[in-house]
Amino acid sequence: MAYVIEGATGTWELVIGLEVHAQVISKAKLFSGASTDFGATPNSQVSLVDAAMPGMLPVINGHCVEQAVKTGLGLAAEINRVSVFDRKNYFYPDLPAGYQISQYSQPIVGKGRIILDLPDGTREIGITRLHLEMDAGKSLHDQHPTASFIDLNRAGVALMEIVSEPDLRSPEEAGAYVRKLRSILRYVGTCDGNMEEGSLRVDANVSVRRAGAQYGTRCEIKNVNSVRFVMRAIEYEAKRQVAVLEAGGTVAQETRLYDANRGETRPMRAKEEAHDYRYFPDPDLLPLELDAAFIARVKATLPELPDAKKERFIRDFKLSPYDAGVLVAEQASADYFEAVARGRSGKAAANWVMGDLFGALNKAGRDIAETPVSATQLGGLIDLIEDGTISGRLAKEVFEAMFETGRDAAQIVAERGLQQVTDSGAIAAAIAAVIGANADKVAEYRGGKDKLFGFFVGQVMKATAGKANPKLVNDLLRKKLDG
Amino acid sequence: MTALTDLTLAAAREGLAAKRFSARELAEAHLTAMERARALNAFITETPERALADAAASDARRSRGEAGPLDGIPIAVKDLFCTAGVATTAGSHILHGFRPTYESTVTAKLWQAGAVMLGKANLDEFAMGSSNETSHHGPVVSPWRRRGDNRPLVPGGSSGGSAAAVAARIAMGATGTDTGGSIRQPAAFSGIVGLKPTYGRCSRWGIVAFASSLDQAGPLARSVRDAAILLGAMAGHDPKDSTSVATPVPDYEQTLQAGVKGLRVGIPREYRVDGMPVEVEALWQRGIEWLRAGGAAIEEISLPHTRYALPTYYIVAPAEASSNLARYDGVRYGLRVPGGSVDAMYANTRGAGFGREVRRRILIGTYVLSAGYYDAYYRKAQRVRALVRRDFDQAFARVDVVLTPTAPSAAFAIGEKSGDPIAMYLNDVFTVPASLAGLPGISVPAGLDAHGLPLGLQLIGRPFDEPTVLQAATALETAAGFTARPEV
Amino acid sequence: MSIDRATVAKIARLARIAVPEEELEALAGELSHILTWVEQLSEVDTSAVAPMTSVVAMKLPWRADVVTEGGAAEPILQNAPAAERGFFVVPKVVE
Repeated sequence: MAYVIEGATGTWELVIGLEVHAQVISKAKLFSGASTDFGATPNSQVSLVDAAMPGMLPVINGHCVEQAVKTGLGLAAEINRVSVFDRKNYFYPDLPAGYQISQYSQPIVGKGRIILDLPDGTREIGITRLHLEMDAGKSLHDQHPTASFIDLNRAGVALMEIVSEPDLRSPEEAGAYVRKLRSILRYVGTCDGNMEEGSLRVDANVSVRRAGAQYGTRCEIKNVNSVRFVMRAIEYEAKRQVAVLEAGGTVAQETRLYDANRGETRPMRAKEEAHDYRYFPDPDLLPLELDAAFIARVKATLPELPDAKKERFIRDFKLSPYDAGVLVAEQASADYFEAVARGRSGKAAANWVMGDLFGALNKAGRDIAETPVSATQLGGLIDLIEDGTISGRLAKEVFEAMFETGRDAAQIVAERGLQQVTDSGAIAAAIAAVIGANADKVAEYRGGKDKLFGFFVGQVMKATAGKANPKLVNDLLRKKLDG
Repeated sequence: MTALTDLTLAAAREGLAAKRFSARELAEAHLTAMERARALNAFITETPERALADAAASDARRSRGEAGPLDGIPIAVKDLFCTAGVATTAGSHILHGFRPTYESTVTAKLWQAGAVMLGKANLDEFAMGSSNETSHHGPVVSPWRRRGDNRPLVPGGSSGGSAAAVAARIAMGATGTDTGGSIRQPAAFSGIVGLKPTYGRCSRWGIVAFASSLDQAGPLARSVRDAAILLGAMAGHDPKDSTSVATPVPDYEQTLQAGVKGLRVGIPREYRVDGMPVEVEALWQRGIEWLRAGGAAIEEISLPHTRYALPTYYIVAPAEASSNLARYDGVRYGLRVPGGSVDAMYANTRGAGFGREVRRRILIGTYVLSAGYYDAYYRKAQRVRALVRRDFDQAFARVDVVLTPTAPSAAFAIGEKSGDPIAMYLNDVFTVPASLAGLPGISVPAGLDAHGLPLGLQLIGRPFDEPTVLQAATALETAAGFTARPEV
Repeated sequence: MSIDRATVAKIARLARIAVPEEELEALAGELSHILTWVEQLSEVDTSAVAPMTSVVAMKLPWRADVVTEGGAAEPILQNAPAAERGFFVVPKVVE
């Protein structure tokens, strides 16, 4: 169902393209041997190259190249056999050389795609390109009344800029895009996707138009650092543009910032001087050439990606597309699920993982990696249900105990005596007791009040502390009452 | 006995090895010469204490039998090479007070080989100039004078301090850098040998960048052999420079005397430019005869894009420079001139820190890279550059080396050409093509003009074929028998 | 190409070089002179030639992903005209 904005003069369609800056997972920076660790004391992770000392020269970190190629392959994208590093020239105190080394006309990765999993199905979003570039340092403007402080620890860290086509049509799609991209980056292990620490930053290009019309003038919202904010910022910005247009105004092409506290976007204060970055190939570097063997070698290291995994889960474990989509979003969840589901009912495994486990983890504020119940243990619990050792009802209680103590299901069941009673003699005795104590209800039932059967089941279960095998209870009870 | 400062580097090496004199004595003799010749303004920073300490350490090494190939040899370092703990200025005010914490690869290799540092030689600001008049630290005065004329002359540039120091017997050799002729032209003006190696032969790491795709370090010395010895120590692969080549460094000295018999020497007809002084023309002709007499086969060749090399260079080099010099912003090192905002601080710092020629080139470079002009200027220039390179590639299919004059004239007086930038740029007309193509070139002193000023001949070779270039240069040197020396 | 004072002022601003008002005119003349001179390149037919991208015939070398530098702020800050609490200090930037 198409997302539209209902304006005073009719409906408007939203056009969104996203530029995501993803920090490459690497030990050292893109062009120097300084560490990329987060949170060190100011200027302590800076090489002479990062500080642009006179005469310093960049040498590319091969691992970062590999990471970019890996990401490109994860996005089903063309890997360009020749790419070029350009200098993007501008002055800013946290850009020591006065230029950023980036890729302008010939990026390392070309066109690719991302499949979005949406509630009403999937949608393919085009990737325009991915290029490698270095991060700038950090300027702190709030430390001193008249000065800005510069920390170059981030300067030179490798980033991948991943640009989408203007294919997104709603805030939800934009959110789904960022989540899916993050999922792929984590699968291939090239970016940790941590938005709070700034490992993943989103710039959103937003414009509105009448359905089917030409693209409108776009605004760029810079540096949004959570999926929720991306969605909110886009929503706000689209409505703002509609309001401007409907009031007879025109949208100015500009860069805006999202103010999360006020939930609005506003133009950047710095006077928007016409940028002239004077891109040209960095003469300190040569064109980056990749051979087929290298690309094949990187390809061989790719894990099964979320889309393929999802298909397989649907096929092999008979999951619904929705469940499969949820389970594959994180590699760890998918691995966990698969370990539980192997040799068992996929549906049961999915229910336990997505229901009880995710619920408990969520409540405890923990990640799947920190689960106290291992996949083997959860599998053990499901086995106990399947083989009739415990009832489904009691299994919930057992799971809670497992989550609290980290112990095996069998242990807990044994200790607490939660095994199902399958001894028909014991159950028959309980039934006899219940029938004896409820002669009036027995008469009513036998008089045609069938609904009372449930009451008897409940009473028997109560008498056996819930441990009686429900099927046996049913069978025996019916025999006794009807027979 | 010859004065110690008159020895060639090769002769001094033998004398040191034979213990006829010590590194300390050699250093002291050169320090004395340095003091006496201070009027030349060849040095921005003199490092006499360092020289004596280096010399003492060298003598100690020698007594332990651990002497390196350049042990005890006193040299000057162009002040474009970063030297740990020693002020490095690039001839500019903008690097005021800057003391690198690191040593350039080339100088580190020289110290590793045992060389002794006398000081940091003056140069055109950021190596932008052909006369050493653009230095913030004042012009260098050539030790040469026109016969019967006491007007001070330029030593050439940009490695003018290096050239003057070597010519005036203050240093046995010096490092230079050559972007469009900055080693070869001052060598020619100063009556010494200057060698620009193949681009990629010497590491650029730690050398203040002017134009990255052109800059190359090389030696200035008083003989071809001395230049070969120095190059042997300076060259080599450096993983810190992405354009440094892993090709092994040959023993350049070994093949020096191989002669030119059978060598094919190309004479490019396009180098016969209008208005070339007859003396330069005549010297070139003599060079041809000398090589022919040595058994070389002389062949006229064509390098059709020669006349476009200079304008190409004056797009590419300023473009790269405009970006390379963006880092001098008053934030992390060097001069800072306050301003009310960051941008005002930048503009004030850079306005005050850069001299006229540097500012001019930054502005030209900024312009040719700016939106709407990039294709017409920069990309166009890089296309023509490819043609210049192709000319050489085609020529080197037929010949082994190319012989040309080094510069269109002998040295001129200080102030004589500083009014017109293009007239100054024309000094590099013969040296720039090899720079654009990244080829090795050497200037050998080969004669004097009518005023008694030195003139040089240039040999250009195939990439990494410095051995052939040096071999032909030795033949020229021997035949020319250049013995003139400056009066100062 | 002849460039005027305004263009010189614009480039100077882009290059962050303060040029006194009274020098603009002369500078415009000098730069125009140089630009006109380099424009002789337009005579050269370059339609069949790609721009030169590297001077040396070699592949771009890669370094290993190993931390080999950094670890201390001192050598980085040592030459700074202004530093405080381990930071470089500049006049306040307004965003």
